[in-house]
Amino acid sequence: MAEQGAKQGAGPIIKIAFFAVLAVVLLSGVLFSPAHPGLAIHPMDQFEIKPLFGDGKLGMFTVTNQTLWMVLAIVGIVLMLVVGSRGRAIVPTRGQSVAEMAYGFVYKMVEDVAGKDAVKYFPGIMTLFMFILFANFLGLIPTSFTATSHIAVTAVLAMIVFVFVTVLGFVKNGAGFLGLFWVSAAPLPLRPILAIIELISYFVRPVSHSIRLAGNVMAGHAVIKVFAGFAAALGMFSFLPILAISAVYALEVLVAFIQAYVFTILTCVYLKDALHPSH
Amino acid sequence: MASNTHSTEAAHGGAEAAGMPQLDFSTFGNQIFWLVVTLVVIYFVLTKIALPRIEAVLSERQGTITNDLAAAEELKQKAVEAEEAYNKALADARAEANKIVAEARAEIQADLDAAAAKADAEISAKAAESEAAIAEIRAGAVDSVKAVSKDAVKEILGSMGYKADAKSVTAAVTARMKG
Repeated sequence: MAEQGAKQGAGPIIKIAFFAVLAVVLLSGVLFSPAHPGLAIHPMDQFEIKPLFGDGKLGMFTVTNQTLWMVLAIVGIVLMLVVGSRGRAIVPTRGQSVAEMAYGFVYKMVEDVAGKDAVKYFPGIMTLFMFILFANFLGLIPTSFTATSHIAVTAVLAMIVFVFVTVLGFVKNGAGFLGLFWVSAAPLPLRPILAIIELISYFVRPVSHSIRLAGNVMAGHAVIKVFAGFAAALGMFSFLPILAISAVYALEVLVAFIQAYVFTILTCVYLKDALHPSH
Repeated sequence: MASNTHSTEAAHGGAEAAGMPQLDFSTFGNQIFWLVVTLVVIYFVLTKIALPRIEAVLSERQGTITNDLAAAEELKQKAVEAEEAYNKALADARAEANKIVAEARAEIQADLDAAAAKADAEISAKAAESEAAIAEIRAGAVDSVKAVSKDAVKEILGSMGYKADAKSVTAAVTARMKG
C-alpha cells in the first residue's frame, strides 16, 4: 500500500523534475553561451550529405554517407529476413521467429486494412516497411546517418505510393474511381463542395505522408543534438542534458517503429481506397 | 542557433547556409537515384528469396499442424474403439464365466442328487436287510424260548413227579407265551 502511494506520488514529481531540468538546461544555455564562445550547436550538421570517398563534387551517382546507410539497411534486411529464415525449420529458431513475425505483422496489416485482394501488393508494402524500419533504427546509432530524415527520400516513397495507388484506382475501377470524391452519403447540394475538399485532401496525401515521416525523424535527432550541445557547455551540470538525451532517445526508439508502422498502414489505407473507392 | 557558424558550412555553400541540408536541392538527384536502387534491391531480395521462403515455412508449418491434428483425432478414435473392444471382451468373458459357473453348479447338483439317491437306496436296502435279520433273530429267539420253556416245564414237572406228555406242555407253553 505505502509503495503504491509512493508510486502515485512519483508521477507528478518526475514531471516537475523533468520540467525543472528543461528550465535549467534552457536557462544555462542562454546564460552560458556568451561566456562560452565555443558553444556552437549545429543540430542539422548530422543530416549533411557528403561524398564517402574523397571530397569531390556531389554528382548523380556519387557514393555518399546516405548511400552507405541505405546499403547497411539492405544488409540488415537480408540478415533479418534471409539469413534469419535460412533454417526453414518447422519449429523456428529465434532468428527465424523474428523474420516470421515481421512477415506476419505486415501481411496481417495488409490483409486487415486493405482487404484480401490487396495481398498481391504485399511484397511492395513489405519493401516500404522494412526499408523505413531499418533506415529509422540504423539512424539511431550514434554518428550514423538517417536516410528517412531527408524529405527527398520520404517524398519519393510517398510519391511511389501516390502514383501507384492512383493509377491502380483508375485501372481497376475506370471512371468509377472518381466516386472516391463524390460523397453519395451527403445531401446533393453539398456534394460539389465536398468533392473539392476530397480532391484537395487527396492531393495533400503524399505531402503529409512524406513530411510526417521525415519531420518526426529529423526533429528527434535534432533535439538530441541540441541537448548534446548543452551537455558540452554545462560542465558539472552536463548530467542534466544527458538525462534528457536518454529520455528523448527512448522516445526516438518508439518513434522509429511507430513512423514506419504509420507510413505502412497509411499506404494500406490508400490502397484500400484504390481497390474499393465507394464511400 | 546557427548564428556563429562560419568555416564548415561556408564550405558547403549557399543552400545549406539556411541550416537544413534537407532543402539542398543539389543533392536530390543523388538521393533519389540511390533510394531507387536500394528499393529495387530490397524488392528483389524480398520477392525472390525472403518472402517465398517464409511463406513456404509458414504454410508447411500450418500443414504439419493440420496433419498432426488429424493424426491425433484418428488416434483418439482408435483409442475409443480399443476401449469399446476391451469393454466388449470383458463383458463376453464375464458372461462366459457366469455360464461356466452355472454349468458346473448344475453338474455338481446332478452328481450330488444321483449320489444322494444311490445312498438313499443303499441305506433303505441295508435297513430292510437288517430288519429281516432282526425278524429272523427274533423268530429264532421265540423258538428257542419255546423250546427252553418246554424243556424247563418238562424238567420241572418231572422233578415234581409228574409225567407230562409233550403235547399238553407245548400247548400250555404256547398259550402262556401268547398271553
